[in-house]
Order: sequence, then C-alpha cells, then structure tokens
Amino acid sequence: MNEIFGVPIQALMGQLTIGLVNGSFYALLSLGLAVIFGMLNVVNFAHGALYMMGAFVSWMLLQYLGINYWFSLVLSPLVVGVVGIVIEKTMLRWLYQLDHLYGLLLTFGIALIIEGAFREGYGISGQPYELPDVFRGGFDLGFMFMPKYRAWVVLASLVVCLGTWYVIEKTRLGAYLRAGTENPKLVQAFGVNVPLMVTLTYAFGAALAGFAGVLAAPIYQVNPLMGANIIIIVFAVVVIGGMGSILGSILTGLALGLIEGLTKVFYPEASSTVVFIIMVIVLLIRPAGLFGREQ
Amino acid sequence: MNQPSKTKRTILAAVIAAACAVSMGSALAQGKLTKDSLKIGVLSDMSGVYADYGGPGAVAAAKLAVDDFGGKMFGKPIEVVSADHQNKPDIAKNVTLQWFDRDGVMATFENLNSGVALAVTALGKEKNRLTVVTGAATARLTNDACQPTSIHYLMDTIALGNVVGKAIVKDGGDSWFFITADYAFGHSLEKDTGDVVKATGGKVLGAVRHPLNAGDFSSFLLQAQSSKAKIVGLANAGGDTVNSIKSAAEFGLTKNQSLAALLMLYTDVHALGLNTAQGLYLTEAWYWDTNAETRAWSKKYEDRMKKKPNSNHASVYSAVMHYLKAVQASGTDDTTTVVKKMKDTPVNDMFAKNGKIREDGRHVHDMYLYQVKKPSESKAPGDYYNLKGTVKGEDAFQSMEKSQCPQFMKKA
Repeated sequence: MNEIFGVPIQALMGQLTIGLVNGSFYALLSLGLAVIFGMLNVVNFAHGALYMMGAFVSWMLLQYLGINYWFSLVLSPLVVGVVGIVIEKTMLRWLYQLDHLYGLLLTFGIALIIEGAFREGYGISGQPYELPDVFRGGFDLGFMFMPKYRAWVVLASLVVCLGTWYVIEKTRLGAYLRAGTENPKLVQAFGVNVPLMVTLTYAFGAALAGFAGVLAAPIYQVNPLMGANIIIIVFAVVVIGGMGSILGSILTGLALGLIEGLTKVFYPEASSTVVFIIMVIVLLIRPAGLFGREQ
Repeated sequence: MNQPSKTKRTILAAVIAAACAVSMGSALAQGKLTKDSLKIGVLSDMSGVYADYGGPGAVAAAKLAVDDFGGKMFGKPIEVVSADHQNKPDIAKNVTLQWFDRDGVMATFENLNSGVALAVTALGKEKNRLTVVTGAATARLTNDACQPTSIHYLMDTIALGNVVGKAIVKDGGDSWFFITADYAFGHSLEKDTGDVVKATGGKVLGAVRHPLNAGDFSSFLLQAQSSKAKIVGLANAGGDTVNSIKSAAEFGLTKNQSLAALLMLYTDVHALGLNTAQGLYLTEAWYWDTNAETRAWSKKYEDRMKKKPNSNHASVYSAVMHYLKAVQASGTDDTTTVVKKMKDTPVNDMFAKNGKIREDGRHVHDMYLYQVKKPSESKAPGDYYNLKGTVKGEDAFQSMEKSQCPQFMKKA
C-alpha cells in the first residue's frame, strides 16, 4: 500500500509539506487582518498592498542602499508600520463610528492608489530579489527536496504568529488592548491612552503584512500586484476562521494551506477555487466562522 | 561688375523654387488620404499583466516609427491614437469600433491577448480596416480565424513550439512534462509543442494544468519532478512563468531536469534576474543586442522609455513603418490596396531580414533560439542572451500546406 487513490504516498507527503509552507504564509497575513479587525473593527482591504509594500521596501533597501535581507526583516516592517500610522492618523480614525463598509471602501481605495503608484514606477513584471546565500540549497527529506528558505518561512511565521497570539491573549498589554476595544471610554478613564493604542495596533497589523512581504520577496516575484492576488484568499481564510479570532486565523491559515496542497494533487484545476468552496460551506453551517463568536 | 552673377543667382533660385513647387505638387497629387490626416491606433494592455510586454512601450515604438517616417503622409499629418483594452475583448471591440467609425482610424496595431486579437481582427474585416497583431500568440489568427484585412506579425504558438521543441529534442531532451496554464492559450501551446516533440521522436509523459495567476508553483513542480521527464516545458506566460522558474531553481528541479519556457520575453528575464534565469532556453523573434542596427534602434527607444525594448516593441515599430511605406508606395490608404502592397513587399529593417507576409496574413521571418547567460558572462546591463541557433522562417512557422485559412484554401 504505497498509493492513495493512485497518488504515491511520497508525492502526497511532499504536497502536504508544501501545503504547510503556503499555510504559514496565509496564517501570517490573516493574523494581521484578524488583529486589525478584532481590535479596530476595520476590514482592512489595504492589507495586500501593505504586504506588497513590505516586499518592495526590502527590494529598494537592497537595490539602492545595499542593505541585506536580515536588516530588511526588521526595517521593512517598520517602514510599512509607519505608513500604517499615517493611514490611521489621517484617514481611518474618522470612520470608527460609522459602518464597517466605510472602512472597507477607504482601505480598498488606499490599496488601489498604492498599487497604482508602484505600477507606475516599477512596471508590472516585477523585480528580482536574490535569495540570501545562507538559504541556498536544502534538505533531502527522503520524499522530497525541502529548500532551506521554505523551512525558514515556516519557522519564522510560526514564531511571529504564536508570539502575537501570546501578547494579545496572555499579557497585560494585550488585556488593555482588548478592554480598550470592548469599552474605550471606561479604559480611557483608567488613564490608558486608547487612541494611541489603536494607532499602534493598526501599525502593528500593517507591520505584520510588511513582514510577510519580506518573507515572500525571495520566493515570489516582487511585483505591484502580488498583494492583490493573495488578499482575496487571505480574506477567505479570515472569514472561515472567524473574523477577529486570532488563534482561529492562524489555525485556519495552516489548515487551508494543507487542503489547497491536496487539491493540487487530486484536481489541480480547482486549486484556486477550493478555499472559496470551503468558505461557502463554513458560512452555511457556522456563519460566525469556525472559531468566531456569535454576536 | 557683379550684376550678371546676381541675375544668374536669382534665375537659379527661381528655377529651384519652381522645381520644388512642381515636385511638391506632384507629391500631393500622387497620393490621397480618406481624411485630413492618417490616423493609426495602438490597442494594448496599458496597465495590467501584459503592460510591460506591450503597453506604453508599444505606443512609444509606433510614435518612433511615425517620427522616423517624417510625421507626414502626402503632406498631411500622421496621428497615433492609443487605448487600454484591459485584456477584455468587449472593451477592445468597443474602442476599435469607435476608432473605425467615428475617428477615421485606418489601421490598428499591437492588439495583444489572443481573445482581444480574435475579436478585433474580425471587426477589421467587417469594416475593411487593417488590423496588425503583434503581441497575441494564438495560431488561429492565420488558420480558422484568418482575415483578409489582418496580419500576424511577431510569432505564434506553432513557431514557439517548433523552435524550442525541435532544438531541444535534437539536443537529447526527448521526454517532456508540461506545466500548463489552464486556458485556451496554454492548451494550444502544450498541444502544438507536444506534437513537435512527438514528431521529432520524443515523448510526452504528462502535464499538470494550473489556474491562471496560480501564485505558488511548488506543488506543480513537485509533480513535474516525480514525472522524471528530462524536460519540463512551461506552457504559460508572464508572472506564471516567472514564478515557475523561481520555484524550480529553489526546489532543485534544475539539477536533474531542464526547463524550457515556451513563451518568455526579454522583460521576463529581466524580472527574474540572471542568477535564477541562467541556462534557460527560449525562443524570440528579435533581441536588442543582435547587430549594430538593432542596437541603434534600441538606443533611440531607450532614450524615450528609459528601458530596453523587447521583441514585441520592435515588431510594432517595424509593422507601423512597413504600413506607412506601403501607403506611400500605393498612393492611397485604401485597405485592400495597402494590404496587397504590404504582402508584395518584403520586410527589410532592423526587425526582420527578407520577411515575407504570406497570403494568410502570417509574417514569416527567422526565429532565434537563445539561452540565458550566466551572471559571469553578462558584460553590461541588459546583456542577457547567448544565440544558440537561427531557425529559418519557413521551418519555424506553419507551412502553407497545413494552413487552415479559408481564403487561402479557396485559392489552393
């Protein structure tokens, strides 16, 4: 028995491993979205553009200033975070009292503008970002060749995901944050600067997207549309996991990566659709998502 | 003293002026335009996935041709109009219809994206206006969907498969596995190349079809890896090809297998970087660093666009120039006359030598097999290709005997 439905087990193992790699990308991106939605109640459509920006900033740092990957890993998210602060301070904050729809429209518009600007400046084909030398080569797992860089991606995103979850759910800062969303007036009365906290939360969510962008730069093409291509899937992940649920988005991201990987073996033509089929089923059975709370 | 010489000079001047007037008058009388100016259109994807492939670069190339021609036809101005079809055949049709009916555009160029090309060439036939397709690759344009008013200038899926397929099988790469974009273009590229591989004595072990803009290709590459085929053919385009190649390098596929990109352009190689793209085989109709003529033209283009041109941009220039010369030579912008002239006159410029536009609209010219240079071999920015072989036009493109073009079949 070394085949399942005509697919060799070796091949299947390979696909599952790759699914895990892609899943950790989904997890990292949907985490940022979940944090922003959970804390600010904003559906951040600019997330894909911020992710693209993270990749572009690290490309620019390397291209123009000769700053390598490791520094980019810290600097790019910072730059994107600052852009996040500007967006939040100047535009987003006026919309908190209004319906979700306004935040969605605003961030969607911002995404279009950012993408348009990069497209104007750098064209559509994208720019190459060389893999750092440390990551050349890979491990032979017996059933597949695992590039070192992909293993690093899984490791880095799991650490960041779990770290974020820990900070928000288990620390005092996280408790302030959650309380601030629940009842801003009361928390402010206790002397906590809620508006600042909200700004920083959005910046943090943006920085997470930027971080994912840096991770993506060496393996995918750094191009202005890279965010637009992935954002829809990531939204599906967040909806399936339950809007605003942090652990939910991490677990769903990983799980959907695996399911997508399996689809690529059994029926590759449907691999870009399978996530949405699952989304429809989940919404029919549990409208609040797998890990979401009914309101 | 100098009275006579002054008179002589005046007479001379008068004679010259008269001669000029006569020759100008005859030039004016020689040709006639339907409108007050000669308008040509450049229709392309200006902002989407193919914008670097055609897009603003194609418009610049067309304008360059008009400027080099002198900017005037029979004393009247030549105008270039352009539009973004967003890769949507319905938008392309609407724009073209407006151009033909309202604006008096006599010919349209570029028309990339096979869906757009099929729609626009049909419209050209209906309105009796010239449509020149450069960027689109479907071979249907000179087969079942060929039009008497349309010319397919740059390349097609048959030529791409022919050049890469034959060369690689002869080189020992006789077992193939395809990674194919799951739409009409990918399917026809896979089929046409597969046929060539089989006809040359190789075999096709299998294929995997991926959705357009698949994003991550590692899974498909793993399947290609387990097929054990010597050659993995990439029957996709643009960003999909670029991402496939990146992942292939990363997953160590290139250690035991070779990649053949079936549709890959200079701009894609630039986007990949030589480190990743090195060693890759590809087919092109034109490359900027071929000879003094191509380099000189590229310099002019680069001055305007700040980028190196790809083969599509060069072919737009060549096609527009060939059209303008045909209008001038036939003394009219009447479509039937001009198309006949274009087909009768060989193309000899920096794009093609002895190019011939056949009865079915196929522009037959030499095609080239290139291999991407190693980073150490590249001497200057943009120095990317090693020439591996030249394939004569008649061997690269589908032969007239096999053409299913109805207008041609009637004649045979």
